[in-house]
Amino acid sequence: MLRKLAISTATAATLALSSGAALAAGGAGYVEDYAFSFEGPFGRFDQVQLQRGLQVYTQVCMACHGLRYVPIRTLADEGGPGFTEEEVRAYIEQNYIEVYDSDLQDWRAATPNDNFPANTSAGAPDLSLMTKARAGFSGPYGLGLNPLFRGMGGPEYLASLLTHYTGSEREEFGAVLYGNETFPGGYISMAPPLWEGAVEYGDGTPATEEQMALDVAAFLTWAAEPHLMARKQMGFTAVILLGLLSVLLYLSNKRLWAPVKARVKGSQPAE
Amino acid sequence: MSGIPHDHYEPNSNAEKWLHRRLPIVGLMYDTLMIPTPKNLNWMWIWGIVLTFTLFLQIITGIILVMHYTPHVDMAFASVEHIMRNVNGGWAIRYIHQNGASLFFVAVYLHIFRGLYYGSYKAPREVTWIIGMLIYLMMMGTAFMGYVLPWGQMSFWGATVITGLFGAIPFVGEALQTWLLGGPAVDNATLNRFLSLHYLLPFVILGLVILHIWAFHTTGNNNPTGVEVRRTSKKEAEADTLPFWPYFVIKDLFALAVILAVFFAIVGFMPNYLGHPDNYIEANALVTPAHIVPEWYFLPFYAILRAFDGEVWLVIAVDFLTAGIVDAKFFGVIAMFGSIVVLALVPWLDTSSVRSGRYRPMFKWWFWIFIVNFFVLMWAGAMPAEGIYPYIALIGSAYWFAYFLVILPLLGVIEKPTTPPATIEEDFKAHYGKDGSGHGGITSAAPTPAE
Repeated sequence: MLRKLAISTATAATLALSSGAALAAGGAGYVEDYAFSFEGPFGRFDQVQLQRGLQVYTQVCMACHGLRYVPIRTLADEGGPGFTEEEVRAYIEQNYIEVYDSDLQDWRAATPNDNFPANTSAGAPDLSLMTKARAGFSGPYGLGLNPLFRGMGGPEYLASLLTHYTGSEREEFGAVLYGNETFPGGYISMAPPLWEGAVEYGDGTPATEEQMALDVAAFLTWAAEPHLMARKQMGFTAVILLGLLSVLLYLSNKRLWAPVKARVKGSQPAE
Repeated sequence: MSGIPHDHYEPNSNAEKWLHRRLPIVGLMYDTLMIPTPKNLNWMWIWGIVLTFTLFLQIITGIILVMHYTPHVDMAFASVEHIMRNVNGGWAIRYIHQNGASLFFVAVYLHIFRGLYYGSYKAPREVTWIIGMLIYLMMMGTAFMGYVLPWGQMSFWGATVITGLFGAIPFVGEALQTWLLGGPAVDNATLNRFLSLHYLLPFVILGLVILHIWAFHTTGNNNPTGVEVRRTSKKEAEADTLPFWPYFVIKDLFALAVILAVFFAIVGFMPNYLGHPDNYIEANALVTPAHIVPEWYFLPFYAILRAFDGEVWLVIAVDFLTAGIVDAKFFGVIAMFGSIVVLALVPWLDTSSVRSGRYRPMFKWWFWIFIVNFFVLMWAGAMPAEGIYPYIALIGSAYWFAYFLVILPLLGVIEKPTTPPATIEEDFKAHYGKDGSGHGGITSAAPTPAE
C-alpha cells in the first residue's frame, strides 16, 4: 500500500517540489510510516516515551553520538521528558556525564546548565537535529505531496534505520559496513546498535528492538524540536483567532459594501 | 494625487492648521489613505497590502533575530539553535521569519501575475511596474542572502553555486566572484557581508515600496476592466470609485486575516515543509550534498539557468559565434537574468491597445499557458538535471521567452479584442446591478475591491 509507494517514490524522485524532501546523501531506502504520538496538528509528546527514549540514548547511543546543542536542564522544561530539577541532577550523577571545560582545560562533571557533551570520537554524527536533518518521505514525482500528508518523516527514517538491518556485512577499505534497508546506498558503518533487552525499562515496557527504536526516535524528535508542543499550540490558537477575526471582517466588509451594491441597482449612470 | 477629482484634506482645528502650514504631513497621509479607488477591484487586488504587511513582518522578526544571531562561521549555526531553544519565543520568531519569506514570494508572484493579466504595466503605469520589478529583484537578493545566514549545508552550497554564476562572466568573472565573496571561497567574510546586506536591503525595499505606492497613486489604480476612472467631473469620478478607506482597507484586512490563518497553520504545524532537511546539518566545505536545490521561489529561474546546457544547438551556435566567450555556463546565466529582464520590459513588449486580458480572447489562452509553464519550470528546477527533465526545462524556458518576445508583440497585431465596458460604473453595475442572487457581493469569485 502506501508503504510500497513510499519505497518507489523515495528512490525514484528524491526531490519534492518544495525542495523539502531530498536527503543528505541521496535517496533513502525503505522507510516505514510509523505512527508517533506527536504527529498531526494536535500531536503531543508521550512523556513516558521521551523518558524511555532518553534511557536508550544514554545507555546505547551516547557512547558514540553527541547531543551538543541540547542543554541538559531542558529535560525539566515543559513539553519535554518532564524531569524535576532534582531528577536532572540525579540523571547527570547516575550516568557520570562529563563535559570538557575549556577554562579548566579538563573534563569535569556536567551541571544542568551545560549542554549534553559533544562526541565525535567514533566519527558518529551529532544527534541534536537528526530528526530534522533527515527526510523519510518525498515525492511522488517531485510534487511534495507525501511530506505534505505524512510529515517530513525524520523520526520514521530514524526508527526504520535502527530496525531494518539486513544482517549482511561488507568490508570496504578495512572498515566493516552493515547492510541496512533504510540507509541510502544500502550499507552503513554503524553496527546494529539495538538488540532485544539492550536496556531495561523502569516502567516495565518490554524492550523490543522496535520499541527502543521508536522511543529513541521520539526522544530525538524532542531533542531536535523541544518546543514542538508549544508550536502546535500556537498554530492552533492563531488559526482559531484569525478565523474569528476573518468572520468578523467578512461581516464588516459585507455590511460596509451593502449600501454601495444596493445603490447600484436601478440607478442611472452619472452624467 | 492621481488626477481624479476628490475632496482634499482640510485642516479644521487651529492646531491642524498650524501644523499644515509648516508640514502638510497629515494631508499627505489623508490623501494617500482616501485615494479614489476603482470600485470594481476584485480579489486579486489584495496582494499589495499582503506584501506591505509581510515586509513589516519580516523586518520586525528579522530585527529581533539579529539580536541573538552570531555572524561567524563557527557560531552561526549554534546561535540559530540558541534562538530555537533558549530565546523566549525564539522558535516562533525564527519560524515566522523563515516561512515569511515564502509568504512574501507567494504574494509577489500572485501580484505580478495579476499585473500581467490585467495589463497593469501598460501606460501610464510603466514606472510603477519597473519599480515593482526592482523590488522583486531586491527581494530575491535578500531572500538568497538570508538563506545563507543559518550556515547549514544548503546555505553554504547554495551560496557557492549562486555566487559561482558571477564567476561565469567572461574575463572579469573570477575577480568579481572573489570580490563578492570577500575571498576565494564562501567563508566568514561572505557570511558577514551577507548579514550586512540582508539587513540593509529590506530598508531599500521599503523605500522602493513607498515609490511604488506614490507612482500608482499618481496614475490611479488599474482595475479588472483596464478602463480608466473618469476624471472629467467629481460626480463621474465618484460613480467609478470609492475611497480606499474604509472600503478597501476592510476588504484587504479580511483577505489578510484569511491568508494569515493559513500562514500560521503552516508555521504551527509544518514549519519545515518548505525548507530543506540538509539545512539542519552545519555547513561543511568538505561534504557536498547530493542535490543542491534553491528554495522553491527560485526554482523556475534555476530551471532556466540549467536548461541551456552545452547540448542545445542555440548554445553551441552562440559559443561558436562568440569564439567561446559566451560558453554554456555564461549562456545559462544570461538566460536566467534575461528571463527577468523580459518580464521587466513587458510594458513595451505588449502591443495590444486593450489593457485588460479580460477582453482579449487569444491572450487569455497564452497567459494561462504561461502560468502553467511557470509551475512546470518550478517543478523541473527541483528535479535532477538528467533524463527528460532538461528537455522539459528547455521547452519551458523557450516558452517563457517566446511569451514575452514573440507572443505578446504579435497578439497586439493579430488579436481582435472584445469591447470593454465604457466605464467602471457600468462594469460594477453589470456585476452587482442585476436583481436576484448569484452575485452576493464579496462572496462572488471575480470582482470586488482593493490593491
